[in-house]
Amino acid sequence: MNAQPQRRKERIDRGIKARAETIYALSSLEELAYLLGPRLLFIVGFLALPLILAPWPYWHRVALSVCVLGLVSVSFDFLANQVGLVSLGGAFFFGVGGYTAALLNTAWGLPPVLAIGLATVVGAGICAVLIAPCLPLRGIYFAIVTLMYPLLMTRIIEAADILGGTEGFRGITGFSSVWTEAYGLILGLLVGVFGLRRYLAEDAGLVIRAVKENDQSVRASGISVAGVRFKALYLAGLLGCFAGAYYVHMYRSVGISAFALDLSILPIAATVIGGGGTLVGPVIGSLILVPLSEVLRDFGSLRIVVYSLVLAGFVVFRSEGILVFATRKYQQFERWVEV
Amino acid sequence: MSGTGPILELRNVSMHFGGIRAVENVSFQVEPGEVVGIIGPNGSGKTTLINCITGFLKPTRGKVLFHGRDITGMPAHKVAQLGITRTFQIMRPYHSLPAYKNLVVPLCSPRARRTGGWRGGGRHGDRDTVALDILEELGFERDSRVPYQAAGTLPTGYLKRLELGRCLALNPEVLICDEVFSGLSASEIASLVPLIRRINEQGLTILMIEHRLRELFQVARRVVALSYGEKITEGPPEEVTAHPKVREAYLGSEEEGC
Repeated sequence: MNAQPQRRKERIDRGIKARAETIYALSSLEELAYLLGPRLLFIVGFLALPLILAPWPYWHRVALSVCVLGLVSVSFDFLANQVGLVSLGGAFFFGVGGYTAALLNTAWGLPPVLAIGLATVVGAGICAVLIAPCLPLRGIYFAIVTLMYPLLMTRIIEAADILGGTEGFRGITGFSSVWTEAYGLILGLLVGVFGLRRYLAEDAGLVIRAVKENDQSVRASGISVAGVRFKALYLAGLLGCFAGAYYVHMYRSVGISAFALDLSILPIAATVIGGGGTLVGPVIGSLILVPLSEVLRDFGSLRIVVYSLVLAGFVVFRSEGILVFATRKYQQFERWVEV
Repeated sequence: MSGTGPILELRNVSMHFGGIRAVENVSFQVEPGEVVGIIGPNGSGKTTLINCITGFLKPTRGKVLFHGRDITGMPAHKVAQLGITRTFQIMRPYHSLPAYKNLVVPLCSPRARRTGGWRGGGRHGDRDTVALDILEELGFERDSRVPYQAAGTLPTGYLKRLELGRCLALNPEVLICDEVFSGLSASEIASLVPLIRRINEQGLTILMIEHRLRELFQVARRVVALSYGEKITEGPPEEVTAHPKVREAYLGSEEEGC
């Protein structure tokens, strides 16, 4: 028999959660601070980032890349973990948004703000309509088909020599200053992440979560599952297209690399590291992955090895992701009790 | 729609899966306000028939009429929109959502928004309150933790009630119950019977698939018997159970359940 006393970890929720997951009972300012602290840290942190990095233009740029990848990753996380659609079409959203903005800017002469805004709204519509026929597919099949979309786009653009062909578009209007560039993007990211979280907490978001849990019950409740999925696809498209459109105006050019597979794959890594289903997690994942990838540039081809090791480490040792882990530590007391 | 005429009518409905005839040429009518039972041994096509009525399957042949209107092959969510809802034999809750949020989902549907949900309660209160009201009516103690618990942690008895609640939230005209009594203890069933009777008294037409005949006959005044996908007979419970073909197909030599 086992002589050692059996121990297990007991976890106790902190007392401010009342009854359901979303209902809190706050009785003091400390508790309010406890609840809002992490959110404020995240928001203030991102708003301060351009100021802190101002002396290093290179890292300033990297920070903006973090935001761009963050947006695409949030879009992936939302579809995969909230809607139940594992989409590898991140690059498709990005590319459609980018090309739409480029066209609006070069052909119609729209200023960046309008071009980005319109490309976000219209581009997401285009993406949702084009991907809609695949919505009846599930799991891995949906993933495979959505992976084909960006690949197909690059081939079509190359072969038909449309949309600037392999050259793409150049001479797209940039931003008036570094600050508008940085803060426009960061604001877009914050609005996207917290807007989506807000939406999911509303009744409309509840229906989305219900579709993921049990689509048959949703159908029996008189709600069109295809309709809900389409709406979710559009929302995810908004984030991806905004990222693409913004990126195009930052770099003042667009080419078929806007449909590069990286943008479909990296969001998965960012979501795994940051914590799936949290929407904030993928941004934190991007915050780790993008600078890491920059630091590793010096290692040449060894870069991908180190990169893979980090990713594998996360999958093996912290598969829940940083944010889920941190949230648990933050919200619960833990202690060892004898069984 | 006039008050006369059947609320639900099946005309020669057949459902074939390849060579398998799950439902063959079934016809019957349901009058408004009735409680009709559907009985038959395992595999006799009861659930398939429900799926044909509620749009989860498109019948191979035949017609389903609701208030005289052809609804054959209509998508499931549209059928639910018209006011025909069903429970699932294997309960299908939203596991991670709190029990009451399970009812907020149907309350978000266009039908519930139009009619105000169960008995129009949603015209005044917010959806959470209406959901809790419905659950309370179904026996979820309002002041306990139960309605706020994640649905996945609830015991079977509560899940069956949750299935009913999801249907009632839509404020339906026809409620189809797919074996609500199965898997429940005698005392749990005893508490469900008056509940179903009460729901019926509030004007709902109810169609019940059931194996527990004794309990079914406490609520259903008319019974349709199926065997191998075909309708054998229909009529009052005593007549149906006395029917020789029903005895042969369903009850066998046992007298249990009569």
